[in-house]
Amino acid sequence: MAGDSMAGDNMREGPAFDPAAIAMVETVPPEVSSLRAFWSAFSENRGAVLGLMVVAFIALLAIFAPWVAPHSPVEQFRQFVQQPPVWAGGSWQFPFGTDAVGRDVLSRLIYGARISLGIGLSVMVVSVALGIVLGLASAFMRGVVEVVVMRIMDVVVAIPSLVLAILVVAVLGPSLANTIIAVTVVYLPRYVRLVRAAAIAELSKEYVVAAQVAGVGKLRLMFVTVLPNCLAPLIVQAALGISDAILEAAALGFLGLGAQPPTPEWGAMLADSREFIRSAPWIVTLPGLAILVTVVAINLMGDGLRDALDPKLRRS
Amino acid sequence: MLKLFLRRVALTLPTFVALMFVTFVAVRLVPGDPIEVRTGERGISPERLAQFRHELGLDRPIWQQFLDYANGLLHGDFGVSIVTKTPVLNEFLILFPATLELAFCALVFAIVLGIPAGVLAAVKRGSIFDHTVMTAALAGYSMPIFWWGLLLIMFMSEYLGLTPVSGRMDLINYYFEPVTGFMLIDSLLSDQEGAFGAAVAHLILPSIVLGTIPLAVIARMTRSSMLEVLGEDYVRTARAKGLSPLRVVGLHALRNALIPVVTVIGLQTGTLLAGAVLTETIFAWPGVGKWLIESISRRDYPALQGGIMLISGIVILVNLIVDLLYVAINPRIRHGG
Amino acid sequence: MPAINTKVALAAAMLTAFAAPAYAAKTLVYCSEGSPENFTPALNITGTSFDAARPVYNQLVEFERGTTNVVPALAESWTVSDDGKEITFKLRKGVKFHSGVNGFTPTRDFNADDVLFSFERQWKPENPYHKVTGGAYDYFNDMGMPGLLKSIDKVDDYTVKFVLTEPNAPMLANLAMDFATIMSKEYADFLLKKGAPEQLDQIPVGTGPFQFVTYQKDAVIRFKAFPAYFEGPAKIDNLVYAITPDPTARYAKLKKGECHVMIAPNPADIAGMKTDPAVNLLSQPGLNIAYWAFNVEKPPFDKKEVRQAFNLAIDKAAIIKDVYQGAGQAAVNPIPPTIWSYNTAVKDYAYDPEKAKAMLAAAGVKTPLDIDLWWMPVQRPYNPNAKRIAEMMQSDLSKLGINAKLVSYEWGEYRKRMQEGEHMTGQLGWTGDNGDPDNFFFLLGCPAARKGGQNLAKWCNKDFDALITKARTIADKDERTKLYEQAQVIFKEEAPWFTIAHSVVYEPTRKEVVDYKVSPFGRHEFYGVDLK
Repeated sequence: MAGDSMAGDNMREGPAFDPAAIAMVETVPPEVSSLRAFWSAFSENRGAVLGLMVVAFIALLAIFAPWVAPHSPVEQFRQFVQQPPVWAGGSWQFPFGTDAVGRDVLSRLIYGARISLGIGLSVMVVSVALGIVLGLASAFMRGVVEVVVMRIMDVVVAIPSLVLAILVVAVLGPSLANTIIAVTVVYLPRYVRLVRAAAIAELSKEYVVAAQVAGVGKLRLMFVTVLPNCLAPLIVQAALGISDAILEAAALGFLGLGAQPPTPEWGAMLADSREFIRSAPWIVTLPGLAILVTVVAINLMGDGLRDALDPKLRRS
Repeated sequence: MLKLFLRRVALTLPTFVALMFVTFVAVRLVPGDPIEVRTGERGISPERLAQFRHELGLDRPIWQQFLDYANGLLHGDFGVSIVTKTPVLNEFLILFPATLELAFCALVFAIVLGIPAGVLAAVKRGSIFDHTVMTAALAGYSMPIFWWGLLLIMFMSEYLGLTPVSGRMDLINYYFEPVTGFMLIDSLLSDQEGAFGAAVAHLILPSIVLGTIPLAVIARMTRSSMLEVLGEDYVRTARAKGLSPLRVVGLHALRNALIPVVTVIGLQTGTLLAGAVLTETIFAWPGVGKWLIESISRRDYPALQGGIMLISGIVILVNLIVDLLYVAINPRIRHGG
Repeated sequence: MPAINTKVALAAAMLTAFAAPAYAAKTLVYCSEGSPENFTPALNITGTSFDAARPVYNQLVEFERGTTNVVPALAESWTVSDDGKEITFKLRKGVKFHSGVNGFTPTRDFNADDVLFSFERQWKPENPYHKVTGGAYDYFNDMGMPGLLKSIDKVDDYTVKFVLTEPNAPMLANLAMDFATIMSKEYADFLLKKGAPEQLDQIPVGTGPFQFVTYQKDAVIRFKAFPAYFEGPAKIDNLVYAITPDPTARYAKLKKGECHVMIAPNPADIAGMKTDPAVNLLSQPGLNIAYWAFNVEKPPFDKKEVRQAFNLAIDKAAIIKDVYQGAGQAAVNPIPPTIWSYNTAVKDYAYDPEKAKAMLAAAGVKTPLDIDLWWMPVQRPYNPNAKRIAEMMQSDLSKLGINAKLVSYEWGEYRKRMQEGEHMTGQLGWTGDNGDPDNFFFLLGCPAARKGGQNLAKWCNKDFDALITKARTIADKDERTKLYEQAQVIFKEEAPWFTIAHSVVYEPTRKEVVDYKVSPFGRHEFYGVDLK
């Protein structure tokens, strides 16, 4: 089994169970390579470095948005409604043109990076944390805890992911925070399953048995002894999870259920401007492109991470 | 093997029960009211609202509603849609063939392009072809497909005028009664010249859009799996024995490399069947995904509950089959388990 | 993936070349918006459902295609008694029902029994069909029919008398509405005997110009011309509704000839349609209004001057230009100009933020002032994008030191909370049903200002209310006009609403479509339409 951890994880249009990821786990060595070795492996991969650079650039834009963006993302320049971008006959005042109510598209895209990366990171952090807790709990306690947790995860996975996300948003009401919750709910099972499978695999290994015999406490065993050795696949999954979360949130925004106006979320920008696909195509094209570039960059980086952390592929 | 089979099947039962409970609760938690939501500007008087709620049984205690619902499900009764007043199962059966047909075509598209692309990329590792395929696959995997669909319609249908814009059939020139609900089959049965071509033409764009992600996933999986197999001893031996490269790749390597790919394809099947919500929305495809989304916005509790149960049930079954298949074709697990 | 695209493109081109028409009947395809709930207009309230049933059915009286004029249909003529309480209809003879649909063959022509059945189903709980398919007869109840009707009597097979409890001027126009559709009693009995009464609402049999062929949910509705239609067979042979929810896709289909007529184009596409050689862009001012109501129960909107200042503060022209994009005209009065009694003498408030600021200060309003501004989460015929309008208002108000918080709820919840009066200010609108002014003015009457009522400004002005109440009971049109004109003057002075716009209904058709008419009610009618 090769460790293409993306393989079964096409969650955007629905759930999937992922034996590939679980099988992969078994190939990860107990020792995590030192940072230096990791970096040299990572930097060998030109695509990954490129991805990292693009992600860093977008992240910097997001962080310094108020200084970088030429205008406020919500200010409406009524006399410049639907101005084309500079390469299509517009002016440098609005390099990427303006939208339907005269807001600067470039500034909205830059501020939108905050939202989209924010969603991606929040979902990732929350679901990794919950995934670790629930996954380790079911691996260590087994019995009722495991059955309950894993059955709930099965249910979550069985419901079409976008339908589930929409249902969660419908229950909680459309907002940015609730988008994050909805996407987290959808993506939680993959982390829980991953951690559980990895932990169970580790539990049978000698060093764990040794630690148990030595009388190491259960919590310490869970978080200090076993967890670090499950981290490699988790890191890979988390990196890729950011991009999936961005896409899922954008899909929600596209259906009008994500961030609410005038928040410049990319998917919502796209949905808002869908009607202009003929008359002012840049308003539609640019947010889509922003999503695509960001997600590609994160995935490139994620691939690099995986190759660097998974020695089996590195070898071949 | 039989023991494993029974164990897996038994494991799905509590999932179904939990699913039933979760959908029921989630659907009730959605704010809004199925009667209020349809009245528009006009509104409805509190007395009439109370009367309709009573007739629909919405004013009864929640546990009683749940028991009725569970009891109905046990007897194969998925309830009646509040909006159309037709049985949920009937609505599902009308819409599901469209989803199935689209999923099938998308999968064929993904397999037919994805496996050869992945194999070639692996064989010619490091070549321009390899880089192109992997870049395209990465872009495909990262694609916001709602955006992709819009762009394709604009470019292929409107600008180039090559494919129909949306829908399943050329409605001006052809008419035949639906027999199976599958347009490809019905158009052949109709005996009308050109009808099958029209049905295929309508499937092209939605299949591409829905198939983009599976295509990317399959191509990547095939490549990495192939690379791994090509490094194995028996392939090296075969090469050393002087067997032709085509024979090595085609016969020895591919057969083994495809095991994980088949699993991935199986998992994608479940995913695609689960209702390609976005693709169906963009292409006005009369399938179950779009129906579920609309049921949420209409607060059509029975349609939503029943629909989720049916689709999730199918996903669970497909995944179970894939799971068992995976065990059956993968000797490593069979021996281990 | 350019290589893939080319391959597919080639394949598609080949397929298109192979596809040859199977038969050359005249088939008109209408790109509609959604699936109908069922095919019985009395049970429905959405334009989509009405449109789906309309080809099959007739009413006693009907709106002339493309106008709001009431003309004879299944009733040849009618007389109103002197006290205005009795309307007697003479029915048309020799009107056939569709034959062969759902295994039903009619044995008799249309007569008074069908009229009685159609109304009693909605009115009388003892009618065997009263509870079928949910039994929610919203329009029948909303138009006040149970209170207005004393009895409907069959005088003979071809004469029916409606007896009212009080004179009601809009009654005749009400009977031209879709809920007053005449269905076949014989077919209903046939289905009852068959044990499948719900099919009455799913497989329609009527007297209309087209008979039902098939319906596939979310995909297509198909009709064929009814050769024995009482006004002569339709000029087209087949009528097909292609259900296409996305307006961008609808226009693309129209361009490609996959449909001939489409509903509700994107405002953004209108400019392009005007110059599109394949498209005839028809338009008609819509019978509707979009407004922004100020809740007079919540200070500072209890003050007339504040409401007037808000009227001065919003750049209406910008909203018309950027949101309606030409598909709307600025609204002045609470009724659209296409309805009789529209007062052309009333002048709108001009956009004047400075004056607005001064007025607010004079009224003792301290800034920054926090208000809420509600916008509905759905697109409506009168308002293509309430969210965008709200964003623009928010921006205009901020210049006056007013912080408007944008609020929205799920659509049903939204309307309910507004009717309860939870908002300070909020958008909504209204689409006319029958072309009578009362159908708009009641929205501002005192009875509707109660909690839960449809008067969203909760504004109850005794003078205004007296005028519209009186106008409702008078039959004379000139006299009614005078009263309504006065009411409009009071409305503008009191400013309970910021009148946003009346949308213009645009309907693109392909060039080969002959004699399609845009309905002010937003109906879609295909009898009389031809294809070149």
